[in-house]
Parts: sequence; C-alpha cells; structure tokens
Amino acid sequence: MAKNTLNIVECAYRAVMEEQDDTILWLLAAMQGAGAEHTVVLRGNAVNYAVAGQGAPGLAIGGWEQTTAPRMDNDVIDLIDKRKIPVFVIEEDLAARGIGRGELVPGVELMSSAMLPKRMAEYAIISHW
Amino acid sequence: MAGYLLIESRDPFESNDVGYYYDLACGLRAAGNQVTLFLVQNAVLAVRPSAQAPALRALAASGVKVLADDFALQERGITKVLDGVEIAPIGTVVDHLEAGHKTLWH
Amino acid sequence: MSQRTFAVALMDAPYESENLTTAFRILGAMAQRGHNVNVFAYEGAAGLAFARQAPHANPVHGKNLAEENHPTTKDQVVALLALAAAHGGTVDWVNCGMCVVERGVGEFAAGRIGSPADFHTFCEASDNVLVIPTK
Repeated sequence: MAKNTLNIVECAYRAVMEEQDDTILWLLAAMQGAGAEHTVVLRGNAVNYAVAGQGAPGLAIGGWEQTTAPRMDNDVIDLIDKRKIPVFVIEEDLAARGIGRGELVPGVELMSSAMLPKRMAEYAIISHW
Repeated sequence: MAGYLLIESRDPFESNDVGYYYDLACGLRAAGNQVTLFLVQNAVLAVRPSAQAPALRALAASGVKVLADDFALQERGITKVLDGVEIAPIGTVVDHLEAGHKTLWH
Repeated sequence: MSQRTFAVALMDAPYESENLTTAFRILGAMAQRGHNVNVFAYEGAAGLAFARQAPHANPVHGKNLAEENHPTTKDQVVALLALAAAHGGTVDWVNCGMCVVERGVGEFAAGRIGSPADFHTFCEASDNVLVIPTK
C-alpha cells in the first residue's frame, strides 16, 4: 500500500491558462494513476478552485486561439469523482473570501484551520504546495 | 510525539500569509508535537530585535523552536536576532529530514 | 549517521527565485553527508540542467566573461552529482517530461527525462520527502 500523502495546496491560478491545468492538481492526479494515495487540502486562495461555475474563455491573440481553456472546478470534481482523491477546503479561508458553502462543487469536504494540524498526524507524507 | 520542521521563506511585511504558518506551528505544538520553524531567505527580515514582528516574538515564546538561517542573515547584514531565535546552518534541515521529521516549506 | 534516501521536488526556473539558492544548499548538504537524493524537477525546474545555458560578461560591473564567472544552474546540478558520488551517495535527477517538452529544454547537462510516476516512486522509496514549491 502506498504511503498516504496530505497535500496542502495554496497557490492559485498560477500559469493555469497556459498549462490548461493547475499543475499541482494535475501532478497529484497523475501520481494517483501511478498508485499514489493522495488527499488534498485547499487553503488560502486555492479554496476558490472549489467554486462551481468558474472559467474564463480561452485566450486569443491575433490569429491564435486557445481551444481548451481550463476550469478549476471541473478539475476538482475530476479529483474527487474520477481519481478518488478526497478534497477538503479550509472553512475560514472560504469565509474570508465571502464564499458560501452552497457555491462549492459537490463532494468537497470542509475542514477548520484548527483541525488541519491534528489531521496531519494521519499521513506518512505532508507536501505543502 | 512526532517532529515537524516548518521552513518559512516569506516575511510578514510582504506576505499576509505568514500568520497562517505561524499558527500551523502553534497548532502542531499544541497537539503535542516537537515543532521547529526554520526561517530562510526574506523570512529572516523579521528577526532583528528592533523589527516590528509581534507574531514572531509570540511564536518564539510559545514552545516552538525558531531558527534563522545563518546564510540568509549574513546576506542581509543581520548580526543580532531577537531573543528566542537561534542562528542555525542549512544542515539543520538535513538533520530533521534524517530524524524523520515531516518537513514543509512555505 | 547511516545513509538515507530523500525525495525532493523542485519547481522554480533558473534565475527567478531565491528558493533555488536555498534548495541547492540543502541538496549539497544531503550529498555531502553521503545520502541518496532523488530530485523531481517539475515545471520551471525542468530547465535547471539545460545544457545550453551559458555564462556571460557583466558590462554594468565592468567584468569580462572570466571575471564575472556567471553561475549556471546546469553546472550546479553537475557539481551536485559529483559531490554525491565523492561521498558514497547518488543523485537521480529527473526532469518532468512534459515540462521539458513545453519549454524546449530537452538537452540535459545531467539527469534524465521522467514523469510524475518517478516522483511517486521516489516518495515510496524515500526515508523522507521535501517539496519546495513555487509561488
């Protein structure tokens, strides 16, 4: 059995348009496919990834058009439904950004900031992204 | 009791998010773990005794061991550090990894 | 201290962040102690070992090429591998394949091409893991 890893993800919307992914969520999905056992906690600005209904149109510059613009909410749903990676969001960070629980994609679980240090004991590896 | 090394590269003057990391250190300590916060890069800008960094002062008094990277201090001309902060070499990170301490970078 | 195996993930591109200075100091300390170090160079870090990096002079400071002796990260990677070997350890430096391709940095001074599966393997085989993220 793989070592269970808690991934605390805080960096948000960095290079997502040109990568057409959040590269950390992508990496974790790829590793899960290779046999890893990941859990994700979205904190800081990354809690916004769990907001349903987001996504900008593809970039267009002159004759060049992006045809596969990313959608972070779909990537979060993919982690939960397809990759079976549990995804938590830090409640206080949602509240600070005025995000209501009803705005989140299904399957995301809430975690308080006070609970995070207690949960870290359950994992063999902690990666802070 | 588990050990944690939290490496902090950001300073509280430029980043609002440093408070989260200090709180995480306190939370891990309160949960009964051995916790070390290792300040590297611009994070050491908070360690001058004259710096306006109340959260770091409180952390240094809380049971979390606070270290400051000797290279980063020298690079920035910081020769004195506030009480409760120890100057440490980069090999300290390897010490903690060797000891099996979970090591995070912020 | 007995030999350990560490997995390290890097993300920063050369010449953009102080993270790499600290990272190479940590990696150097690991190698100096004879440990095995498995590095997953992800995103911008996939360019750290790019063979076509070249030093340059510094006209602002009036230094010619030799006087400036400008660092290149590829030389730091090569030196790291040599340091590990000299102390009985190994460095497996893996550049994430898609990151290499999209950046066009597929000529390496050291290391090999790989994938996220390598980082998974590294984590499973390691005594400890250190992720150095980018911002």
